[in-house]
Amino acid sequence: MTEKRVVLSGNEAIARGAYESGVKVATAYPGTPSTEILETLNTHKGMHVEWSPNEKVALETGMGAAFGGVRALVVMKHVGVNVAADPLFTLSYTGLRGGLVLVTADDPEMHSSQNEQDNRNYAKFAKVPMLEPSDSQEAKDFTELAFSLSEKFDTPVMLRTTTRVSHSKSIVLTKEPSEPMAPPKLSKDPMKFVMLPANARKRHPLVEKRLEDLSLFAETFTGNRIEWGDNKIGIITSGISYQYAKEAMPEASFLKLGMVFPLPKELIRSFASRLEKLFVVEELDPFIEEQVRAMGIEATGKAAFPLCGELTPALVAKGLKGFAPPPVEEISKTLPARPPILCPGCPHRGIFSILSKLKLFVTGDIGCYTLGFLPPLSAIDTCVCMGASIGHAMGLDKALGEEALGKVVAVIGDSTFLHSGITGLLNVVYNKGAVTLIILDNRTTAMTGRQDHPGTGFTLQGEETFQVDLVKLAKALGVKHVKVVNPYQLAATERVIKREIQRPEPSVIIARAPCVLSRRERAVTGKAFFVSFESCTGCRACLRLGCPAIEWVKEEGMNAKGKKRKGRAFIDRFLCNGCTLCEQICKWGAIKESNGE
Amino acid sequence: MENKVTNILMVGVGGQGIILASEILADVFMDAGFDVKKSEVHGMAQRGGSVSTHVRFGPKVFSPLIKEGEVDIFMAFEELEALRYIHFLGPKPTILLNEQRLNPPSVSLGTDNYPEKVAAILSQRAAKIKSIPARDLALKAGDVRAVNVVLLGVLYNFLSITEKIWTENLLRRFPPQAQKINLEAFQLGRSA
Repeated sequence: MTEKRVVLSGNEAIARGAYESGVKVATAYPGTPSTEILETLNTHKGMHVEWSPNEKVALETGMGAAFGGVRALVVMKHVGVNVAADPLFTLSYTGLRGGLVLVTADDPEMHSSQNEQDNRNYAKFAKVPMLEPSDSQEAKDFTELAFSLSEKFDTPVMLRTTTRVSHSKSIVLTKEPSEPMAPPKLSKDPMKFVMLPANARKRHPLVEKRLEDLSLFAETFTGNRIEWGDNKIGIITSGISYQYAKEAMPEASFLKLGMVFPLPKELIRSFASRLEKLFVVEELDPFIEEQVRAMGIEATGKAAFPLCGELTPALVAKGLKGFAPPPVEEISKTLPARPPILCPGCPHRGIFSILSKLKLFVTGDIGCYTLGFLPPLSAIDTCVCMGASIGHAMGLDKALGEEALGKVVAVIGDSTFLHSGITGLLNVVYNKGAVTLIILDNRTTAMTGRQDHPGTGFTLQGEETFQVDLVKLAKALGVKHVKVVNPYQLAATERVIKREIQRPEPSVIIARAPCVLSRRERAVTGKAFFVSFESCTGCRACLRLGCPAIEWVKEEGMNAKGKKRKGRAFIDRFLCNGCTLCEQICKWGAIKESNGE
Repeated sequence: MENKVTNILMVGVGGQGIILASEILADVFMDAGFDVKKSEVHGMAQRGGSVSTHVRFGPKVFSPLIKEGEVDIFMAFEELEALRYIHFLGPKPTILLNEQRLNPPSVSLGTDNYPEKVAAILSQRAAKIKSIPARDLALKAGDVRAVNVVLLGVLYNFLSITEKIWTENLLRRFPPQAQKINLEAFQLGRSA
């Protein structure tokens, strides 16, 4: 057995732990901050690793594998667990044969998410154990522990990370997989796996008994450890919060919880009894604090640490000992912001410039195109969860009737449509909605770093597979009007949008052009354009595209035709990749393709 | 310096190679026998947004994040971004400034101004400051993308880690066709 020291992210470490645990099936839908787990796992042979269309399918597939007796890893971001909650709650009843670990990658601070729900609540709600690592070494070790716990207690085990654990890197000691796993087999056990009411009623008491057993186990679990310090202050904590607290008050006594549900109550009681002051340091909800207080133990938690956003070393030091961090300075507050923006040449830009010009109410969805919200495009009016754009447009149609006709449009990405938009569109047809849906088909899951999906024609391994036909799919659902447009052709696309939104029945526009970062296809020439110094009138129409390659140069004067201008547009030839949108927008013919560059 | 945790904050703009530079750095510190942690945020920050990466090394590191007011070495890949994180600077920071300006969207649109005299503002806060045209040096080495390695070369002079460890890690990170350029970029940074 060869051991190696490597610097790994929490996500890479989880993948390593799964590999060392002999995982046979791994499933996920990409989502920040969880995506790299499957991408890393895919570098190993001898297992099936897949992008599933959504998290519910991912969990159900993982369950099937575990019912067959192998170890399965199922990965998602926090909001993905909402999608997978239906199978999760009953999986808690059935239990498994092979181990199943469900990774939930939470995103306190919402670095790349629409909410910051605390998924520790899911463990309590679904009555399954949850482990929470605080660095990459623990991420690997706890993944292995989670598989053995899953098999020992016949339960799915949740492994919760947060962005700071998923994406921070630290040193990990790796080894090779130790023993070969038992081979898979088909073996009937309907009383366990068929959750008809009569069977489920028999399983529920087993779930409650399992929780009692797990609580007992938690008392001696090595992941729950006490580090006695030299003063009378005690800190109960877990995950990344442990690192911040250790940094702030290394001299305190620590109860470091590796298992955050169920809690080791006797351990907590004996820890608390030897201290004068007890803190609970945790991000987001007072999940541990409430349980500690319910035991009749006085503790300071959310009174000293914020409920919203992620903790930082400074916030923890402030709560523990009144440390006052230096404030953000005046000069920093007045700086121009630098938000993420659609890439130069992005195929979404043209669509949003049209929707913005037509002043439509745009129900939006989750993906790169949510960036269409930002000025100067400012063309997204709702964004809540995967697939919601279609339901929102349907609801507005039913609420406003003819008032909404021609004023509302739904936009969704191809990956998001296949994740959870299909049923929404089915509903529009079934319940006779006058909804126009634009599918922004850039043939990838762009925002999370270009992962494949059923519409790309390739698997996670890059092998060719069946490519779902979005036109046929929409028609099969009953949409009569389905148009494919090239979003780089502004005038033609605008004509189609104007016509389709006036239809008093369902219609779908597929705006098809590959992501400008695609490794497989290319729709733009890559040849830079330039703004003619002589012809530019300074009208700023091209700037309203919000393209990072186009800049405003302040410079009072006049162009060659004697037209006064306050400045002129300038194209950075290193950023421009020749998508032609600005050329099409410019009424003065001032934007031209460079020759020879 | 080496018997406590040293805090390095790298700031700039998505696409400047900051994350790769921080990964090389983390490996260098591990190979030099230190504990090391680093942290940044991916996701929506990657599309030309503001990027900051925290790297911490020492005998034992707990938090992957640096506390405000405690940065020892500040590597600014872009001038405006340097000012955004100025409250992270410790009492006696070493500042490495890449003389490069990348306009944020509101400056490109002409609705905001790019801040002036960044180097002068930083000089007042620094115990030591080194300003370099890393982009020019990267171009001289043969690839504009080597800005990050030029800056690692500058950083070399402020740490006591053997050249051998740096070279091994640079060779490990880059494919054969990019190794010569990056070693050259590193040397240009060292002698800048």
